[in-house]
Amino acid sequence: MNLNELSILSLYSAMGVYAFAFIAFAIDLARRSSAVDAAVDAAQAGTRAGAEAGARLAAEATGSAAAGSGGTTTLTRISTRIANDAATPYGRSASLRVGVSLTVLAWALHLAADVLRGLAAGRVPWANMYEFAMTGTLLIVTVFLIVLTRADLRFLGTFVTGLVLILLGIAALRFYVEVAPLPPALQSVWLVIHVFVASLGTGFFALGFALSAVQLLQFRRESLVAEARATRLRFVATLPSSATLENLAYRVNIIGFILWTFTLMAGSIWAEKAWGRYWGWDTKEVWTFIIWTIYAGYIHARATRGWRGSRSAWLAIIGFSAVMFNFGIVNVFFKGLHAYSGL
Amino acid sequence: MATLSRPSDHYDSRPAGSGDAVTQPRLGSAGWLRWFWRQLTSMRTALFLLLLLAIAAVPGSLVPQRSSDPNGVTQYFANNPDLAPALDSIQAFDVYSSAWFSAIYLLLFVSLIGCVIPRTKHHLQALRAKPPKTPARLARLSGFTARDAPAGTDAQAAIESASGLLKAGGYRVARFDNGPEVSVSAERGYLRETGNLVFHSALVGILITVGFGSGFGFSGQRVLVEGQTFVNTLLAYDSFNPGRFFDDASLDPYKLKLDDFDVAYETKNLKAFGQALDFTADVTVTPRGEAAKPGAVKVNGPLRTGGTDVYLLGNGYAPTITVKDPDGTVVFTDSIPFLPQDANLTSLGVVKVPDGLKKQVGMIGFFYPTQAEAQSGAYFSSFPDLEYPLLTLNVYAGDLGLDEGVPTSVYSLDTDKMDALATRTTTVKPLELKPGETQQLPGGLGSVTFEDANPGAKKGDFSGSVLRFASFDIHHDPTQGWVLLFAVLVLLGLLTSLFIPRRRVWVKAIEQGDGSVRLEYAGLARGDDPALEAAVADLADRHGAQLPAAPLAPAPDQT
Repeated sequence: MNLNELSILSLYSAMGVYAFAFIAFAIDLARRSSAVDAAVDAAQAGTRAGAEAGARLAAEATGSAAAGSGGTTTLTRISTRIANDAATPYGRSASLRVGVSLTVLAWALHLAADVLRGLAAGRVPWANMYEFAMTGTLLIVTVFLIVLTRADLRFLGTFVTGLVLILLGIAALRFYVEVAPLPPALQSVWLVIHVFVASLGTGFFALGFALSAVQLLQFRRESLVAEARATRLRFVATLPSSATLENLAYRVNIIGFILWTFTLMAGSIWAEKAWGRYWGWDTKEVWTFIIWTIYAGYIHARATRGWRGSRSAWLAIIGFSAVMFNFGIVNVFFKGLHAYSGL
Repeated sequence: MATLSRPSDHYDSRPAGSGDAVTQPRLGSAGWLRWFWRQLTSMRTALFLLLLLAIAAVPGSLVPQRSSDPNGVTQYFANNPDLAPALDSIQAFDVYSSAWFSAIYLLLFVSLIGCVIPRTKHHLQALRAKPPKTPARLARLSGFTARDAPAGTDAQAAIESASGLLKAGGYRVARFDNGPEVSVSAERGYLRETGNLVFHSALVGILITVGFGSGFGFSGQRVLVEGQTFVNTLLAYDSFNPGRFFDDASLDPYKLKLDDFDVAYETKNLKAFGQALDFTADVTVTPRGEAAKPGAVKVNGPLRTGGTDVYLLGNGYAPTITVKDPDGTVVFTDSIPFLPQDANLTSLGVVKVPDGLKKQVGMIGFFYPTQAEAQSGAYFSSFPDLEYPLLTLNVYAGDLGLDEGVPTSVYSLDTDKMDALATRTTTVKPLELKPGETQQLPGGLGSVTFEDANPGAKKGDFSGSVLRFASFDIHHDPTQGWVLLFAVLVLLGLLTSLFIPRRRVWVKAIEQGDGSVRLEYAGLARGDDPALEAAVADLADRHGAQLPAAPLAPAPDQT
């Protein structure tokens, strides 16, 4: 078995473990819903049993806040705020812990798959669609796991593992190509920098997208509660308030935006070296520009009265959709100079 | 508190009095202009224009553009003869230079400049101003913390030490004495606004340099066959696109000779067999009045010389073809660049022999560097390097159409006024030649030879038998460095404006009736500042540690 075959084996194993992690995270969301029901029952009936359940939940929440206080003052405050911010505080369920552990395991297998592919090819493992997808999803999970050490965003596990699983599935089935040497056009140090930073930016945008989407759900729940109307998707009550989610999404998205700005510039410098001009409105350049403009709009919207909150969240969601479009559709179906999909 | 001179709908500025427009009886033309200007420079308009710009950029990726894909445009016209002219009338093939796209980004930049100028003025004032007076009630502000100073603390001394702490933390400080209340007002993070202004100004800088930059440079193309020399003068270019302000006389006439074109193709990895691994054009550059020096142009490695950048954009084979009349006199000999048609370099070229033979002769040639035969009998190339080269020539005789003085492409042959002498449909089949071979032209017109560029090679070694060509793009853009500088400023401005917190912090010492001193701390975020409360708490802790006596007890009325 050669290195590339090992890499494929490792990747399929990672996908299997991601699938189990996804199930564990999904069970956790279901548990959250029933915890919300229990809390509501307790509040309405005021029975002893309900009060006990409520007390247990509160105790769990306190425990998790205390457990999360490892970092500096600022970070502790963020995690405490996230933990205490929910309408119905909710601690760590067993399935949530299982989900995170499985994600770490899958990430390790995923990393091994990526490194083995790089070793098999004797270069960085991001020179065609299959490799972009493998490295890009690895970075999405890496960003997620790093952010987890600073803020409790484990409730996004379903989204992250689900997204990564879908992307890896498409990559393995539709984008797979054999190991091939770099064509002269890609033999540049900018391949290492430009593509890596773009993938890293995508990792942050993915997380920002998820936070903005949850923010919208939370905002809807909050409005329904304010109008004393029934809410759906009860687990949302265990998540941070929409204002906290918005602030988190903003911080994640501006890191993505800065990385994207750098991607655009590094790409221009490379384009000048390889194609003789730094900007030529190639289809991929156009879409990189469009994404940059959408996120610039998002940052402006956050500073514009009447656009904070849900409207700016929609811009972040549109922005990430454009990132996915740029990766999945423009690379494969649009004609242009970035014809390196290998397909 | 002074405003930041931000647009009125910036979330951080105070809402405008709602009655303003109503109480104003009539707007004169100046009033309307001011109203229009305020609308244009508002955040909402800037946001609208930004999003509009994103949407307007989309069609340029759906329809081929003349700037990046002129052949695609021609093809689009051929495929959609009804739709294409309609699209063309709304400049859909020139989106990024179209009136409507330009209108959007120009309005956006006017809006941006209208926003940046007053903010710059205001920021320059703020940089010179002292921090504002301490508010009367700090309790309403962020991170409010109140503590009792240890007994014996002097209010003045406490504020003095707080002031020192704040200064060390990069704050600009001002002291205020108000009877029993002594306070220090501090502000930091001016760099946030500086970064913001640098970011936006640098964007304007990029727009202006890009707009004017194209006017001062040029771009040109030149195809060189191995052994050929190019002198950097206007006439030597195959095509030349000067900017509006470019002076042809400023071309530096250096010489560039293509000595050798090296290629490497994958042969070990069967799954990537034939994939290009390396292209290197070995050249000799002779600057005017200087000695010749060797150089190389690679795909990712342009050659910078004589104020120009030389890029390697394409390559292929240039078979050398000699045509003789029936007496054996050479009437034509040249190395003709054949355009590659596929990854294995099946190449197409045209030979035109206008003079010297009984009739004008035109030939359409296919060159296969490694010829293989499909089951249908059609030839194709199975490898891009010279393993088993073969040239086939379709021969036509008649009017080449060169005499009307209408420029024609060297890469195409109009056979309308010519007779087919040797093609797949005539009795005489196309001529087939290997390097070094000669064939008679049909009809006793003469002979054609496919010259072997390396006649001394061993039998069966064709590696050097056909010359290669390289197509170079030669550019000159004096503003490129400026664009890079502005781009770096954009990035630096962005980093500082998003990550440096702008905040105000106040420390107040109040002498109580019983002689004890109560200390109050509070902060105010200016812009996004998630760490403000932690910073105030941290300041209170560090300040408490500096005060002389026993540990601080929290004030009883602290909430």
